[in-house]
Amino acid sequence: MSEGTIRVTVTRQEPGQPPRDETYDVPFDERTSVLDALDWIKDTVDATLTFRWSCRSAVCGSCGVMVNGRPVLGCETFVAGYATSGITVGPMSHAAVQRDLAVDTEDFLAKLRSAFPWMLPEPAALAVEGSAGDGGAVDLAALVSTQTLEQLEAFRTLAQCIDCMLCYAACPVLAEVPGFTGPAAIATAQRWNHDSRDGGDEQRFEALADNEEGIWPCIQNGACTRVCPKGVDPAKAIKDLQRLAMGA
Amino acid sequence: MRIEAADVVVVGGGAAGLSAALAALETFATDGRNAARVALVSKVYPMRSHTVAAEGGAAGVVPWGDDSLDAHLADTLASGSGLGDQAAAQWILERAPRELARLDRLGMPWSRDDSGRPAVRRFGGMSNPRTWFAADKTGFHMLHTLFQESLRHTLTTADSRDSAAPSIIRYDEHIALDLLMSDGGGARGIVAYDQQQGHVVAFVAPAVILATGGAARAWGTSTNAGIVTGDGLSMALRAGLALRDIEFVQVHPTCLPATGILITEAARGEGGVLLDRNGDRYLADYGLGPVTPVGQPVPRTMELGPRDRLSQAFWKADRDGRTIPWHDGADGAAGSVGAAGGGETDAASGTSAGARRNVVHLDLRHVGDFLLKTRLPLVTGLARRYVGVDPRFGLIPVCPAAHYTMGGIPTTPQGQVLDGAGQAVPGLYAAGECASTGLHGANRLGSNSLVETLVVGRAAGALAAGDTGSFDGLSASPRYSTTDKALTDQAEALAQPWLAMRGQGSESPAHIRRDLGALLDADVGIYCDADGLARARASIDSLRQRFADVRVADTSSVFNTDWAQALQVGAMLDVAAAVVAAAEGRHESRGAHQRIDHPDADAAPKHSIVVTGQTGVPEVSYV
Repeated sequence: MSEGTIRVTVTRQEPGQPPRDETYDVPFDERTSVLDALDWIKDTVDATLTFRWSCRSAVCGSCGVMVNGRPVLGCETFVAGYATSGITVGPMSHAAVQRDLAVDTEDFLAKLRSAFPWMLPEPAALAVEGSAGDGGAVDLAALVSTQTLEQLEAFRTLAQCIDCMLCYAACPVLAEVPGFTGPAAIATAQRWNHDSRDGGDEQRFEALADNEEGIWPCIQNGACTRVCPKGVDPAKAIKDLQRLAMGA
Repeated sequence: MRIEAADVVVVGGGAAGLSAALAALETFATDGRNAARVALVSKVYPMRSHTVAAEGGAAGVVPWGDDSLDAHLADTLASGSGLGDQAAAQWILERAPRELARLDRLGMPWSRDDSGRPAVRRFGGMSNPRTWFAADKTGFHMLHTLFQESLRHTLTTADSRDSAAPSIIRYDEHIALDLLMSDGGGARGIVAYDQQQGHVVAFVAPAVILATGGAARAWGTSTNAGIVTGDGLSMALRAGLALRDIEFVQVHPTCLPATGILITEAARGEGGVLLDRNGDRYLADYGLGPVTPVGQPVPRTMELGPRDRLSQAFWKADRDGRTIPWHDGADGAAGSVGAAGGGETDAASGTSAGARRNVVHLDLRHVGDFLLKTRLPLVTGLARRYVGVDPRFGLIPVCPAAHYTMGGIPTTPQGQVLDGAGQAVPGLYAAGECASTGLHGANRLGSNSLVETLVVGRAAGALAAGDTGSFDGLSASPRYSTTDKALTDQAEALAQPWLAMRGQGSESPAHIRRDLGALLDADVGIYCDADGLARARASIDSLRQRFADVRVADTSSVFNTDWAQALQVGAMLDVAAAVVAAAEGRHESRGAHQRIDHPDADAAPKHSIVVTGQTGVPEVSYV
């Protein structure tokens, strides 16, 4: 039983051209996602429609778009709820449009990298094994760390970030301060800071607190936490670092 | 055309590719080659790679239990049904724990036991608990741990390329088109296309590592992401190389209907049970018994039997009328099965496609809030969102879906690619799902593939970087030269036909993709027979003819996803043709290859070897 069609307006943009809206009537049912609707348009109406996608199960982080002004993952947002109003799908805010719904990812990755999202100090390499005969008994217990449930819980939620950039699209500060390190990168810094195996707190703190575009632009509006599809709480991560910096 | 020189080119940014790149850096550092550069070429940003979707875990024997390497090896070879290679499996499995420990040092958030050590869980076909896990998001955490570690060593355009340490340079959203080969038959690089800048790039290097993943997205009902389209397998065939045991495609028994979203075996390892329409534990009637108490799973029994056996049991239960019909949405609605644009279909809306719309129930109600929250949070969320079931109170509808490509490019356990005659191909390596190392044989055990990406990826990276000296083909090869005109001419010539597809053709790539998926679902599934395989071969031939006239309406030079999807459809057709050819000639049943018309296994197991013949038709031999 078809539920009929829904009006889907897509904000499109070719490189070097101004954006334009195009509207399509897309057949849908209760399980049609925004990504399904985009696929349908690409397969049946306009093959040039450009958007990223891969896993279709909300873990690869590829398909972030704005739906009626709100950043969402297209694969886990269902159109049936918008049947009467229709939907407008646009590229994520606060990122340069590359083509249609594909936006720049380099800026985000540079910010992520600026937060030192890796184990510090750098662990000594285990011997590389490229030849036979060196795979014998190892003292595994000596090679692995131990963590209590509490130690794991201290960073487990922060480690759920899928780099989808929805929080960057939602953050009002990024409209004013494009260089702001931003929610996901700072949350990821705290993911490492809170990991009992890591000792890089000071280095990350310096990078984020001795930097006016680090933690300081955040106004604690909470939009990042509200749009996160994985339950990460970047607003709290930033607030914790701000308090630490102020000696609270 | 842009020319990029590197010391190693890695194609693919999943767990195998990242492991290979990191290992190559370590080897370069040990050798004092600080100017060495690894080019990491990926058609998506690495953190989008399909490793991200692996749920259950990675197998490695831990010393603080009753387990042993011998037991892990025995389980693996038993599941491999005669096609596993004992020496290769031993080489890989004995290194598994160390690689999992290495990930711990890099920050992998392993779930822990009461003493704080990495916990291990039960998994299908494994005689002991030995699967390390990070809740039910093991692949996600593994990929992000490796990706974030790679960022430490990555040069960006803002950095000086004169870094004092061996480094990775990433080439994201670059689609690999073809291998560049020397006259002597060795790999000298690849030709790729930069989707962001809109031009062809020739990567020239003394060594290439393929880490391009499997091809199971070709099936209509599949757990695989849209990017898992066999690109590297197709490249290997075009370069005259072989695929081994490619007909062995694992069908995962428990996936959500319509979407194919994976519901990890760990759900059964934590105590979930499978029920038929009457609420009976039907697996007991299909040779997987005796029935185990609910919530007390027993290794290799009932719900923890090997995946191929569970999928076969579903097929039989379906035939016996014990499954439950699943309503899969409105005809023609975007996203419903077969909705890729309406229009003509091939002869493939057959029995299995219908059968795939039937389900059995996965019951997790007794598992309890705590375990659902701490060990199965992902599947709990997926069930809620995609089928509207809260696993605390409701039954999750599940059915089989194509999941894993056991065969691939033949390699040594260290990832050295072998040609169809078993000879090493100088400078060419493969690791992860695109490789056939001999670990999986005819049926992969769940949680053996993630460790394979780590162990073989690292070994290939180290070898490619010229560490061991055991392989003289690489160290003896001349240093790359960007002025090698023969090579750049080759790159231009290889890229030209791909570029010429734009703005041409009349056949919808979406229709070809949908028809391919439907025919594979119908005739190349859990059980097949000669008639079905012949039908599949004829249908694929006809699809390949249609593909020769595929319509690429988009003429843009940048972000041309219409063209990219057409390339991926072409790769899937190449691999599907190889799968069907190898399955047709295998007149036996073994592991994931089950023939209704040949129910027994041959006394002497043989590997299939497929190469592309002069006319483009797959040629199969069994050795």
